[in-house]
Amino acid sequence: MVTLVVKRIGFMIFTMIVVSLILFLLLETKLTGDPATRVLGQFSNEEQREIWREQHGYNQPVALRYVKWLGNFATGELGESIRFKGPVADVMFPRLWNTAILGFVTFAIMIPLSLTLGVLSGMKEGSMLDRTISVFGIITTSVPEFASAVMFSALFVFSLKWLPGTSSMSGGFEFKQLILPAMVLIVYDFGYVARMTRASMAEVMTSQYIRTAVLKGLPYRSVIVKHALRNALIAPFTVIMLQINWLLSGVIVVEFFFAYKGFGALILEASLNNDIALLEACAMVAVCVAVTTQTIADIGYTFLNPRIRFS
Amino acid sequence: MNKDQAPVLVCKDLCISYYTRAGEIPAVVDFSLTVKPGETIGIVGESGCGKSTVAMAIMQYMGANGGIKSGSITFKGRDLTQLSESELRSIRGAEIAMIYQEPFASLNPSLKIKTQLMEVPLAHENISKDEARQRAMQMLSDVNLPDPERMMESYPHQLSGGQQQRVVIAMGLLSNPSLLLLDEPTTALDVTVEAGIVKLVADISKKFGTSQIYISHNLGLILETCDRVFVMYSGEVVEEGTIDSLFTWPKHPYTHGLFACIPLPTADKNAAPLKPIRGQLPLPFERPQGCYYHPRCDHFKTGLCDLERFKMVHVENSAADHRVRCLRYKEIDHHREVPGGEAKEAIELGKRVLKVSGMKKYYEVRDSSLRALFAGKRIRQVKANEELNFTAREGETVAIVGESGCGKSTFAKVLMGLETSTEGEVRHNGKEISEVAVRDRSAKQISSLQMVFQNPFDTLNPSHSIGGQISRVIKKFGVETDKKKIFDRVMSLLDTVKLPRDFYFRKPRQLSGGQKQRIGIARAFAGNPSMVIADEPVSALDVSVAAAVTELLMDIQREHKTTLLFISHDLSVVRYLSDRIVVMYLGHILERGTTEDIFAPPYHPYTEALLSAVPIADPEVTKREIVLEGNLPSAMKPPKGCPFCTRCHRRIGDICDNDLPPEQFVVDRHIIKCHIPLEELCLVLPVITVPDVSERLHVELRE
Amino acid sequence: MLITTSTTEMPTAGYGAALLRGLKSFALLRESWVGMVGTALVLFWVLVAVFAPWLAPFDPNSSIQPFAKPGVEAVKVGGTFWLGTDHIGRDILSRIVWGSRTVLIYAPLATLCAYTVGILMGLAAGYRGGWVDDILSRIADIILSFPVLVLYIIIIATIGASGINIIIAITFASSPGIMRIVRGLTLDLRNRDYVAAAQTRGESDWRVMLVEILPNARGPLIVDACLRLGYVIITIGVLGFLGLGLPPPDPDWGGMVNETRQMAMAFPHMTLFPCIAISTLILGFNLLADGLREISLRD
Repeated sequence: MVTLVVKRIGFMIFTMIVVSLILFLLLETKLTGDPATRVLGQFSNEEQREIWREQHGYNQPVALRYVKWLGNFATGELGESIRFKGPVADVMFPRLWNTAILGFVTFAIMIPLSLTLGVLSGMKEGSMLDRTISVFGIITTSVPEFASAVMFSALFVFSLKWLPGTSSMSGGFEFKQLILPAMVLIVYDFGYVARMTRASMAEVMTSQYIRTAVLKGLPYRSVIVKHALRNALIAPFTVIMLQINWLLSGVIVVEFFFAYKGFGALILEASLNNDIALLEACAMVAVCVAVTTQTIADIGYTFLNPRIRFS
Repeated sequence: MNKDQAPVLVCKDLCISYYTRAGEIPAVVDFSLTVKPGETIGIVGESGCGKSTVAMAIMQYMGANGGIKSGSITFKGRDLTQLSESELRSIRGAEIAMIYQEPFASLNPSLKIKTQLMEVPLAHENISKDEARQRAMQMLSDVNLPDPERMMESYPHQLSGGQQQRVVIAMGLLSNPSLLLLDEPTTALDVTVEAGIVKLVADISKKFGTSQIYISHNLGLILETCDRVFVMYSGEVVEEGTIDSLFTWPKHPYTHGLFACIPLPTADKNAAPLKPIRGQLPLPFERPQGCYYHPRCDHFKTGLCDLERFKMVHVENSAADHRVRCLRYKEIDHHREVPGGEAKEAIELGKRVLKVSGMKKYYEVRDSSLRALFAGKRIRQVKANEELNFTAREGETVAIVGESGCGKSTFAKVLMGLETSTEGEVRHNGKEISEVAVRDRSAKQISSLQMVFQNPFDTLNPSHSIGGQISRVIKKFGVETDKKKIFDRVMSLLDTVKLPRDFYFRKPRQLSGGQKQRIGIARAFAGNPSMVIADEPVSALDVSVAAAVTELLMDIQREHKTTLLFISHDLSVVRYLSDRIVVMYLGHILERGTTEDIFAPPYHPYTEALLSAVPIADPEVTKREIVLEGNLPSAMKPPKGCPFCTRCHRRIGDICDNDLPPEQFVVDRHIIKCHIPLEELCLVLPVITVPDVSERLHVELRE
Repeated sequence: MLITTSTTEMPTAGYGAALLRGLKSFALLRESWVGMVGTALVLFWVLVAVFAPWLAPFDPNSSIQPFAKPGVEAVKVGGTFWLGTDHIGRDILSRIVWGSRTVLIYAPLATLCAYTVGILMGLAAGYRGGWVDDILSRIADIILSFPVLVLYIIIIATIGASGINIIIAITFASSPGIMRIVRGLTLDLRNRDYVAAAQTRGESDWRVMLVEILPNARGPLIVDACLRLGYVIITIGVLGFLGLGLPPPDPDWGGMVNETRQMAMAFPHMTLFPCIAISTLILGFNLLADGLREISLRD
């Protein structure tokens, strides 16, 4: 168990370093185009670019630059954002906080909803309820976030006029503005988690130890709660943890659409404006969050599974 | 037996069907059975005969598409088919309990043993947790599990297969049920472990007075555990009777056919070979008119057997309640055909084909735990094969016998070139092969050493046609190169394994298990091999199919004078077909010699235990009972001295624990690896005693 | 046992039989209404893409009459804008019809590329094991640890937005997932006896992987491919929506939403119809996958 935790954390750090190297090579070297051109634009002249390179230390050897760059990162020195004309950290962290709020609301509704539906349909595989939930899940997962955002806006904003169409929170935090973005994220994702839960539950329900439990004469409730759920919820736990990774993708679309001032919109903005320092920082943070949740998922999986825990 | 007492369970004219999209499939037809208190009933039959369906019907656990069409199941006066779900709940586990085929799958992997045990009395009786715990502990020691305290706190995966099955049995007995259903409880276990479970099961009714229904495909196991036996074929009972009566005077041609398929101690591969039942088990919706068995029956009479279905009849002159479903049982004189099939000529042994000397195979396993990292012992050796020595001659059948983990499959891999040995040498036709991987062998070398695999369901690639797969072998080995000639060769191979030629175009899923195994044999013999390794080729097949495949294999061997290396865990098959036997345990050869040598004293103590563990379906054969204690040690942590010392019933002292036993020569080519002096081993009585033909009960009766 | 004495002529049970079998297994889909609906949706869009030049009433890129609502007559050129026009006067129906071509060319192509890479990596990792597996699996882990869209944004930001680049980005980002599936299947299949039989007759590694193992992994892979195709369509749509997709002016469903979403309040038809188009196509593939899975579980 301890070995596993140490190993996983070790791999997490390794991944972060590799990712930083990839980012550095892609964005800070001439491998995929001159960074000076990228920052100053195509119409800058060579002289301007040279000055920029000199100022920002781009004429030093690549290896040295990488070490410095990584050192800065590790110490929290994230650089200056060109677009926002200020330290990256000052721009990024408030945005991260906004996204955390959105993510929290989404998860708080989606997880209980999808687990309940998944367990219910997995309990009686092939029943009417199961089929309905399955098909409904497929339909909602088939509508991309931007499409459901358009459709919900048309319905709730344009026709019914119940909700605001943008979520920029310009007049301070307003919960009403969170509803549409969260709804889009929930609708797109709950189907997936519900189907995973259903598959896991259905598999457990056909297993021989459930037969044993039934033939022991245990009450149905006890068979489900004590014997089935315990095993059936191990797999969805991992799935849910990995959904955080997905959420980081989903928020980009949703925040862009609803003009929500969050982390996802920031990444997009950084990339569209060639704000390299900001893009690097955002990407690193995104990967860091993703890798951390994966590590937790892995460790949690082993912890929930006595077969691995005691071997 | 308690004849006066009311029966525990009565099944009357039970018909059970499954309903699928293809229509109704009758699984069990016209099934009647009475279980008296304390009685053990055996139900025996091949796969698909409906024996497990009966158990599930008694439990009223048929799944969504199964149902009881007609008839009743009366348990202590109540018809189980009429009960509500909550009434059933009070009977399941409390009054009727069940033991399953795969103990590991039957236990919940994420709950401790104690939780799973204690919930049985807690659900059915009004008792405290402490009391339930006490009961569980007591029951664990009643099923002979060591250290119940520790067992209670364990998870299922921490126990061995035998221990898991004991836990399942304890779970079944906890609420003191009146009826226990056992569905092939030992099929997933090793022979010596099986022996322990069989003994436990046989003691249950004595100890607890529980009635039992024991379902098995193995007649030998039924003989050892039951009072009465029901033989099922294609969904119906064809014969029932007490063990003595049915095993001594079987009446139905199918029962007879089954006995002729089992390698009993009286069978002999040359003088009295097995006699397979011809044809195949009909699919449930293709059952013939009249007697279901008539297309395969040697005593079939047109206009009598194929007209209408008939009831079971009481066998005349039988004191016991012996019944049979056959119109002609009185006319058939089964004794005239005994023993077995036509006699065959023995093969003459030729030159030495295989010589294994001092072969060792060690695997390296990386231990990635922190403790191992700090101790600097990251790489551990697993000694899969330790000092193997033996030889095989042309036309000879050498059997390698042992339980799981004994290293027999590793040895096969080295021979086939899938692994290379660590030390020693293996010479095939004079050439060293143990260190030559298969990719470095010539096509001729490869084709002269081929293999028949164990599992019929994945011996053939499901994506390719039969013809394509055999052609590929012929092309690869360079036997033929011309397209037409390859095709002809495939046809003649299909003839050799007695399959229709149009199987060329079939896909493996259109074949039955036995047919697939025949194709596997054809494939192995495609390149005219001088030696074939058969890795448990019939262990997954039904008895009647297994007999046919075994006979086929030996016929081809006879014809080609092939050396056959037969890997098996089943000593009765091995005794029947092999000339020489090598007994392996944890990578070591503990004993080797001719078949007669192995089956007569002096024995290695392990051989002795193995012999005793083999169930024999002959009531007149007597066996000395030796039940081994403990589990098979893991190959990762073998004992320091003699590999068998942890379970040996003849352990003589510390020498066994600390020193590797010497090889003792009994006679030439009969070797026992044991610390016990040979003189003492020679004093051991035979394990199996087979009565002479003239002493047999049925012979006396005829005169 | 019966021995039929047929002549040893080579009967011609070749491609005709194989084709028949393929059609038969497809006919099995009839038994799953989910699969039927999926097939119908996919087939509908495939036909639309094939017959785009005949189905589209107008040139998709020429501006004819801006801000026309659905059903409005085209004044200058004649005909009707069944689904209206966008802000620069292009006919939305024609753009959707032509856009189906874009999607149905790039998505299958990208999926195919991703599958080729993923299958080769997965087979090698699963069959060879050892250091090959270690390295390939680590690479896959690292790529998969990126939030997908962040990865796309970074790739597109550095190599630029174009059709080829989108295929490269999708291959890069989805082949690790495919590799994991193939690796898992291979780990299971390589222990089968028929693989051992092939090894013991000295077949080369590649033959064992491609002929003995891969065909038996096809069931789960086909289902996954359908799901992934749907997912790739979403990705292309999302990239278009974020302005990172195919460069204008060629019609692209995601791009159409992006271009007109500012006007969604006043002219919802401009965004709504491309959204419905993309959703139905994805739904088609997802339903098809579900139907295939249902059938494969049956036998």
